[in-house]
Amino acid sequence: MNVLLDHLDLFRDGFIGTVSLTAASAALALILGVLIAGFRVSPVPPLRAFGTAWVTLLRNTPLTLLFLVAFFVLPQVLFPGISSYVLGVLALGFYTSSFVCEAVRSGISTVPLGQAEAARSLGMTFVQTLRMVVLPQATRTVLPPLSSIMIALTKNSAIAGAFNNPELFSVQKVLSDKGYNVMVIFVWVALAYLVLVFLISGFFRLLERRMEVAR
Amino acid sequence: MSSSVLFDSPGPKARARNRIYAVAGSAALLGLIAFIVYRLAAKGHLDGAMWDIFNYAGVRNSIAKGLVSTLEAFAIAGVLSLVLAVLLAVARLSDHRPVSWVATGVIELFRAVPLLITIYVLWVGFFTSDPLWAVVIGLTLYNGAVQAEVLRAGILAVPKGQSEAAYALGMSKTQVMTTVLIPQAVRSMLPTIVSQLVVTLKDTSLGFVITYEELLYAGRQMASTILVDGENPYVPVVLVFGAIYVAMCLALSALANWIEKRGRRAKTGIKVAEAQKAAPDMGGGAGPAT
Repeated sequence: MNVLLDHLDLFRDGFIGTVSLTAASAALALILGVLIAGFRVSPVPPLRAFGTAWVTLLRNTPLTLLFLVAFFVLPQVLFPGISSYVLGVLALGFYTSSFVCEAVRSGISTVPLGQAEAARSLGMTFVQTLRMVVLPQATRTVLPPLSSIMIALTKNSAIAGAFNNPELFSVQKVLSDKGYNVMVIFVWVALAYLVLVFLISGFFRLLERRMEVAR
Repeated sequence: MSSSVLFDSPGPKARARNRIYAVAGSAALLGLIAFIVYRLAAKGHLDGAMWDIFNYAGVRNSIAKGLVSTLEAFAIAGVLSLVLAVLLAVARLSDHRPVSWVATGVIELFRAVPLLITIYVLWVGFFTSDPLWAVVIGLTLYNGAVQAEVLRAGILAVPKGQSEAAYALGMSKTQVMTTVLIPQAVRSMLPTIVSQLVVTLKDTSLGFVITYEELLYAGRQMASTILVDGENPYVPVVLVFGAIYVAMCLALSALANWIEKRGRRAKTGIKVAEAQKAAPDMGGGAGPAT
C-alpha cells in the first residue's frame, strides 16, 4: 500500500502516459487503417497491391522490431532529434493500423450486396459508395473486433515504456530498480491496466448499444 | 461482398482515369522509396563497407546464436503453452465449481496484463540470472491462457450428440474429453492455434527488454559494438533482422492457411476455423475477443 501512496505522482504520470500514448496511436491507427482498407478494395491495382503488402508486412513483424526501426532508422531518413513520444506513437500506430485495416475489410464484406449495388445503380462513384453507403453500415460489425484491437494497443503501449517513454511499465521498472517488492508494484500496475481495459470495453459496449439496429 | 461489387466494371473513361490513378499512386510510392534510399545513401548507410560486416564469421555466428536462442524460447514456450492450454480449458469446463473459477481467474488475469510486464516481473522476482525462463514462463502463461480460450471454443463447438453418444456407450468423463471432444476440437481449431503460435514467435522478441540474448538482442548488441567508419551499422542490422523475422512468421502463417484450406476440403467433421479472422490477437500481450 505504501508504495502506491508514496509514489502517487509517479503512478499518476504513468497512467496518463499510457492513456495518452494509447489515444494518440489509436487515432493514427484508425485513420491509416480505414484509408488502407479503402485501398485494398479499390479499383486501382497498384493501390490494392500496396494495401496487401502493408498488411502482410506489418502483421508479421514483431512490435519490438518496429520500435527499433522507428528509433534507429527513421531519424536517419527524416531528421535526428524526433521525440521518443512521437516515435513510439508512430511505431504503435503503424503496427495497429494493419489490424484495423483487416477488421474494416471484413466489416465491409458483411454489408449486404444489394446496398452497394443500389448505390452503384444510383450512379455513385466508388468513393461515394464506400463513404456514404458501405462504411457507415460496416461500422456496426467492426466495433467488436475494434474493441479488442484497442485493448491490445493499450497493453502493447507497455513496449514504448522500454523505449524512454514515461508510462505504466516504466513506473514498474523505476520502482523495482529502487528496491521495492516487485510483486506489490505488479499488483498496482496490473490493477491500473485492468481499469483501462474495463473502461475501453465499456465504452465500446456503449457504442454498440447506441448503434444497434434490427436487420 | 467481393470487392468488385463496390464499383462498376470500368468503361473507357473510367479505365483511363484508373490508369492515371495507378500511375500517380505508383509514382508516389516509388518516390517515397527513392527518397528513403537517397537519404540512407546520403548518410552512408548503403555503403559497401556497412554491409560488408555480414561477411565476417563472428557476425554470422552471433546471428546464428541469436536465431537458435529465439527458436529455443519459441519451442519450449510453444509446447508448454499448449500443455497449459489443455489443462486450463478442461479445468474451466469442469463440473467442479471451484476448479472452474480458479481456471477462469488465471485465464482472465494473464490475458489482461501486458506480457512485457509479466515477463519483467518474472525476471526481477524469480529468474534474475536466467532470463530464458522468464521469457518462456511469461509466454507460456499468456499464450496458455489465450490458447485455452481457443480450445474451449473448439470443445463447445463439438455437437452435443457426440458427447451424449459417448456417455451412452458408458464412457467416463475423462474418456469422453480425451477420446471424443478434444481430438475434434483440436482438429477444427488447428489454424487458429497455429496463428497464435505466430504471435508466440513474435513475442519472443520481448526478451530483448530483459536482456535475454535472442535474435533482436543479438542484433542490437552487434550494432552498438561494431564501428564502420566511426558509425554504428544500425540500418543494415535492423533491415536484415527484420527480414529474418518476417520470413519466419510468414512461413508459420502460410502453414496455418494451408491447414485451413486442407481442412475445408474434408466433408466430415465440424467446420474448420479461419486462420486469420478467428485470432484477432496482435501479440505483445494482446487479448482476443471472446
